[in-house]
Amino acid sequence: MLKRKIVLGFAAALTASAALVTVAQARDLTVVSWGGAYQDAQKKVYFEPFKKAAGVAMNDESWDGGIGVLRAKVQGGAATWDLVQVESDELAVGCEEGLFEKLDYSKIGGESAYMPPSVNPCGVGAIVYDFVLGYDKDKLKDAPNGWADFFDTKKIPGKRALRQGPKTTLEIALMADGVAPKDVYKVLATDEGVERAFKKLDTIKGDLVWWKAGAQPPQLLASGEVAMTSVYNGRIDTANKKEKKNFGMVWDGALFTLDSWVILKGSPNKDAAYKFLDFAGKAENQSKLSENIAYGTSNKDAAALIPAAVLKDLPTAPDNIKNAVEINVAFWLENIDRLTERFNKWAAK
Amino acid sequence: MTDALLTGADASTEVPLKRRLRRAERTRQVKALALVLPLLVFLLFTFAGPIAGMLWRAVDDREVRQVLPQTVAALADWDGKDLPDEKAFAALAGDILAARTSGTIAIAAKRLNYALNGFRTILTSTARNLKAVPEPGTARETLGKINPAWRDRATWATIKDASGPVTGFYLLGALDLVRNVDGAVVAAPADQAIYRNVFTRTFIISLSVTVLCLILGFPVAYLLATLPPGRSNLLMIFVLLPFWTSLLVRTCAWIVLLQSKGVVNDSLHWLGIIDEPLRLIYNRFGVCVAMTHVLLPFMILPLYSSMKAISPAYMRAAASLGAPPVTAFLRIYLPQTLPGIGAGSLLVFILALGYYITPALVGGAADQMISYFIALYTTETANWGLASALGAVLLLATVLLALVYGKLVQGQQVTGGMKN
Repeated sequence: MLKRKIVLGFAAALTASAALVTVAQARDLTVVSWGGAYQDAQKKVYFEPFKKAAGVAMNDESWDGGIGVLRAKVQGGAATWDLVQVESDELAVGCEEGLFEKLDYSKIGGESAYMPPSVNPCGVGAIVYDFVLGYDKDKLKDAPNGWADFFDTKKIPGKRALRQGPKTTLEIALMADGVAPKDVYKVLATDEGVERAFKKLDTIKGDLVWWKAGAQPPQLLASGEVAMTSVYNGRIDTANKKEKKNFGMVWDGALFTLDSWVILKGSPNKDAAYKFLDFAGKAENQSKLSENIAYGTSNKDAAALIPAAVLKDLPTAPDNIKNAVEINVAFWLENIDRLTERFNKWAAK
Repeated sequence: MTDALLTGADASTEVPLKRRLRRAERTRQVKALALVLPLLVFLLFTFAGPIAGMLWRAVDDREVRQVLPQTVAALADWDGKDLPDEKAFAALAGDILAARTSGTIAIAAKRLNYALNGFRTILTSTARNLKAVPEPGTARETLGKINPAWRDRATWATIKDASGPVTGFYLLGALDLVRNVDGAVVAAPADQAIYRNVFTRTFIISLSVTVLCLILGFPVAYLLATLPPGRSNLLMIFVLLPFWTSLLVRTCAWIVLLQSKGVVNDSLHWLGIIDEPLRLIYNRFGVCVAMTHVLLPFMILPLYSSMKAISPAYMRAAASLGAPPVTAFLRIYLPQTLPGIGAGSLLVFILALGYYITPALVGGAADQMISYFIALYTTETANWGLASALGAVLLLATVLLALVYGKLVQGQQVTGGMKN
């Protein structure tokens, strides 16, 4: 009697788990982005309208980046994500490692619809964003003009925050030391250049605080912990609009890069993913995103649809990009491990 | 007992009895095993398996073999003294062309770049500029023209060292060691040798936190164990409440308290004790404070349970025999709490070793513990070999410490301080 019950229970458990497996295979399209204010904007202008327009069921999740995360997802063979928004170095490495599907541009409006830098065999550009110098206008009497002021503790006293690690930190140090934005990576590629950057960092070592997540810099400014910080431009914009802050930023010497959409290898929802990319790649939809959060667009025709008042605050506005540096992916792929060790050696001294 | 039975019995029944006994024993063992089997299987899959996988990753080195198979074969009998012969150059050219078609060149480039910074460029530029298979006998010249690095012995030694299938490269790296061009193990260049320092830092922070927890936790545990139940329960809730609060919440609360315009600095300023805000956060002090707060319950609970078992009669007896309070405490009370001190300290120390969130949020760049680097190499740069090697070294150090601790407390019977 008991035996039969056990057998029955076992059979029931098997059927249930089999049902679960099929559910897992026939899951909805899952789109992964960076969370926070940015993903709220995406929900409003991409996710919800797309669900209505295409009649496709989808859900969205957020992540904090890291190529290792994607590698584990794909190699684990149970990737629960389809579309992921990745940074440029993740795009490059993932493409090399075969973690992403090769994109068929004919399904998303053709290559000619996008700005040249955002066209990649493995991914298509989503936004352009900047690391800028941010500060609180309410707290600083005289506004900083650029990275040189960031390192001038006499002119502007107080602590400063930078992103922990060598990436962006060394570029900023060199620009503060007088290297022209266009020459930054040329100088950084030499041993003397690296020395020079660390020497410059030495001058304010005691006043530096290190941030790790994008949400921290506005926090550090708001609490008055630091006088200036490197920060994603969209975060400054959102803090001003949504939290009534009075933060300022300096576009001169900003570091810009772009994020791209990728389809994870072996995704069961490829068709739906392409439909989404087509929707999110259209000029009229991208222009709405820029109105909600101050990031630049990848579609060539989007800028024409954005109101001038919004346009002037975007990373892609001609005045803002004039003296900006594109973060050099190839350089960092080659040097990130060595310079991370070097950076930590310096920090521990 | 059985012997006594057996000697009374005759030889014919002796064997079956022994066998029966063994059989009975075996059934009992099988039953016991069957009871723990689910847990055993669970642990095997969720704990032992992944750890074994991590240890394997620390020595696994097959990327270069897969991408440059002919080169690896051609270098197998190279002595490393001069440049390899034409055969190796030709093999490399063939491999690069094949890898370019299959798009795998970057996988080898990535691995070789760990050993020789700049190898990524050497390999990708060669792949870009190598138009076709070189004429027989010209491979060396062709490759040397495309990139002078191929005329350098070190370039080839790097490929040979990364030939796999297993390597000590990552484990050496985790200890700040490298193999030089001649294959001898030497110290890593000064500006890249950081891991010994980071391990030391990790152990120092963990030890400081353990000592702080003990100093703060001991009196609290004593109070809890000696108060009447009603009041001690109330206090116990105060101990457990933070224990049940999320780690992240508590860490962020410390940021609010300790930052330069935070509660502590503002209060001190208002009281006129300081003019300039003290630096209480983003440094070692902040890390120790926050981690001590987070780990304190792990010290208090084992101490409390060991103190609860000590009868107050002992201390009264010591006093009646003329021991001054300090002597009575040191000779009678303290030795009986040693198991609690040991358990609490080991628990706090080992938990502290793996801490990540707290030092990441309240520490400066010089206070990042080993977990930060393991996370960095796992998720961000995807250098899983090095991440695993760092994990393996940490695991080994922790196991050794636990063994030493086991030796230390072994035979520490609670004897009330009397020699046994």
